[in-house]
Amino acid sequence: MEYQIEFRDVSVYYGKDIALQGINLQIPRNEIFGIIGPANAGKTTFLKAINRTLEFIHSAKTTGEVLFDGKDVRQIRNVYGLRRKVGVVFPLPVGLPMSIYENVAYAPRRSGIHNKQELEEIVVRCLKQAMLWDEVKDRLHMLGTKLSGGQQQRLTIARALSHSPDVLCLDEFSIAIDPVTTMKIEDVLTELKSEMTIILVTNLVQQARRLADQTAFFNKSELVEVGTTEKIFTSPENQLTYDYVTGDFG
Amino acid sequence: MSETTPTVDSDFSLRRGIQKVVDFMEPAIVGLIYLCGWSAIIFVMAIFFFVFKESLPAITGIEEIGGGVDAEVEKLDLVEFTTSPKWIPESAKKPTFGILALMLGTLSVTVLSMVIAVPLGLGAAVYVSEFAKGKSREILKVLIELLAAIPSVVWGFIGLVVMNPMIVDVTGEPVGLNILNAGIVLALMSVPIIVSVSEDALRAVPDSFREAGIALGANRWEMVYKVLFPAAKNGLLAAVLLGIGRGIGETMAVLMCTGHSVNMPTSIFDPVRTLTATIAAELGEAVRGDMHYHTLFLIGVVLFVFAFVINLTADLIVKGIKVQENE
Amino acid sequence: MSSELNNPFASTEQEHRGKKVELLVKSCTLAMTWLLIIPVLAIIIFLVYKAWPALSIEFLLDNPEKKMTAGGIWGPLIGTFFLVLVSLIIAAPTGILAGVYLNEFARDNWVTRFINLAVVNLAGVPSIVHGLFGLGAFVYFLGMDRCLLAASCTVAVMTLPVIITSTKEALASVPMSFRVACWNMGATKWQTIRTIVLPNSISGILTGVILQVARAAGETAPILFTGAMISSRIADSGWDAMVPYGLEDRFMALSYHLYIISTQWQNVPESFKFGTAAVMIGLVIAVNSLSIGFRIYLRARKKW
Repeated sequence: MEYQIEFRDVSVYYGKDIALQGINLQIPRNEIFGIIGPANAGKTTFLKAINRTLEFIHSAKTTGEVLFDGKDVRQIRNVYGLRRKVGVVFPLPVGLPMSIYENVAYAPRRSGIHNKQELEEIVVRCLKQAMLWDEVKDRLHMLGTKLSGGQQQRLTIARALSHSPDVLCLDEFSIAIDPVTTMKIEDVLTELKSEMTIILVTNLVQQARRLADQTAFFNKSELVEVGTTEKIFTSPENQLTYDYVTGDFG
Repeated sequence: MSETTPTVDSDFSLRRGIQKVVDFMEPAIVGLIYLCGWSAIIFVMAIFFFVFKESLPAITGIEEIGGGVDAEVEKLDLVEFTTSPKWIPESAKKPTFGILALMLGTLSVTVLSMVIAVPLGLGAAVYVSEFAKGKSREILKVLIELLAAIPSVVWGFIGLVVMNPMIVDVTGEPVGLNILNAGIVLALMSVPIIVSVSEDALRAVPDSFREAGIALGANRWEMVYKVLFPAAKNGLLAAVLLGIGRGIGETMAVLMCTGHSVNMPTSIFDPVRTLTATIAAELGEAVRGDMHYHTLFLIGVVLFVFAFVINLTADLIVKGIKVQENE
Repeated sequence: MSSELNNPFASTEQEHRGKKVELLVKSCTLAMTWLLIIPVLAIIIFLVYKAWPALSIEFLLDNPEKKMTAGGIWGPLIGTFFLVLVSLIIAAPTGILAGVYLNEFARDNWVTRFINLAVVNLAGVPSIVHGLFGLGAFVYFLGMDRCLLAASCTVAVMTLPVIITSTKEALASVPMSFRVACWNMGATKWQTIRTIVLPNSISGILTGVILQVARAAGETAPILFTGAMISSRIADSGWDAMVPYGLEDRFMALSYHLYIISTQWQNVPESFKFGTAAVMIGLVIAVNSLSIGFRIYLRARKKW
């Protein structure tokens, strides 16, 4: 019960290829947990293992235990309930081809909320939390796909918040948006921390340094090192970590 | 945000009856989708089963009269069926069921149509995929598609009233309903499938091949001839096979254009009769349970098997290309 | 020739010749393309020209009279319409769900390969064999007798593979990222299909489906023994003229009508035969143009 999420000796294979190997990791509640590492290090697979979306990749096979609120996720009968407790934001913004309002109301509707007032409250709250409200409040019925990239990414965040998740996972969210929007979203994250656990996978080492309480460094499917952000960035134990955070990697 | 309660599975459950929907509706609908997904297999087998079933008494000599009672009926002479050129089903003295002439009829019409359609189809495919651009490309494709959209009975009508007198005028033959007529009509009907499959095959050749060809100083024709055709040869072969399949299966147009007389063809001006046309023309008169009736279904089985083999081969050839591409 | 190919410094003369050859090839293939298209256009114009004396509103709305020596083609026309309608009702749900299965559920394994093979083969079964199947399965085995329902079932089976294929294509055009986004929000597979995948592909699916079924309804062979008949007596006006055939009735259809009046019946005025053929081609062109127009419209208001 201590931890929001715990990985116990988790390995993931895609067919014969190994994507994660023997990961042991604890993520405490109400923290921003940074994950850094080069491409193909297994960071995205790590996120997919949490809400079991790995199941959509037919060749994927998982061993070990992923605990969510102390419960093995594979024992959870209702996987949809689990996924509702995890909000995910992808590298590339995905506005669904429906109105901005419907984008945010999508998940609540699927979980059975049809009361108009209740829906509206959720939409307004999430758009405000994602700092998108001021820009779209007059055109909530515009197509979500017609927004700019940065706006769509914030819409995606609003959508991830709409089912009141306990954990918010962001996968390299700033890859396709401008620095100003990135800074805006970073502010949002710091505020949200009091309400939920945030897992921030990032390719920008400095972003993890700015935001994360703890940081984990992944390389070649393995967890190289995990510790407080300060420790990882100032006195890492592993030479690889040092090279990566100082930019000498590769 | 959400109040922390002791972890039980119900903690992950959904609210307000949605749980029920997910638990019961979802599996029901998914089950239905799976069932429909399998429908194609079911129907292919059902077609074979039912057509075969109706033809069976001719082979086994046993006919079910109903109430579980079987009766012995005359058996079909399978050697005669496959080797005799005589098809005289309604003869009072001795009905003869030989489909050799019918098969040759189908064969001759299909071969002629391919001789016409393959060069034209490939030429059109080369033009559409390599030379035509933008709007004109789209319009050409639509017009060629239109050839396939015209119902076969209209094609038959065209053969009957347009081509027939034209052939009489040009060749001086007494009647213009013959292999030539049906071959031309069938060629026009099967061209669209040849064009579209070949075009796909040509477009599947990577641009790097074309560029390499041009970089080596080849002109467009050399490039098409020496680079594109070899690279796309499987696809082109599949296109021709599908065209043949179309030709063998075509019914109404050949029924109306071939002259419909049982004949071992010796020239393209001979009238012939095809397997498909025979079924279409005679099944209406054949009495159910009669030898004639069962034999017509047996021809259906033969057609089914032909089509099956041709489509299977074409499909394997096309799949072969895809595997190569992935490697 | 091969030495030319290997010589990177082709002489200008060769290049010049190359240009000429290219032009030649281009004009040849263009000529071949037109050789296919011109006959069609010529035929259509010729048909309309010959049909002109007969073409009128009355020709469309009157029933055939006196062995098609008078009247019009209302009966066959409405019969073909009902054939399309009933086939559509039977084939569309099955075919669309099968397409959904193949695009959304099927894994890359032998079962899927088997199903795809079956689809290809079902599409290749000759139309007359479909007719035999309809006779054996629907008319005799299921005891429907020759009727609109039996004929529609036969046409439905015939169109199934093309419906599946066009549905698959339309579904595949919906980006994967939409689905992933929904799954991550805790939507079930069916919820995702119902709320995102189908709404964004259904118009494309339906265009394809209607086009294919309308095309199949122009076929004669499958309805020849399963329910089509010539000159059934139907009312000239009122409700009975609008809905002349019940599911258990035999019916007239344009394709069968044209077959009979052009091969079996004597003394049918030429313009009536040409008129029937022209109406059929007109319907084909109309349905095709509508579907092309609709596709262009859809492309213009694409949502992403």
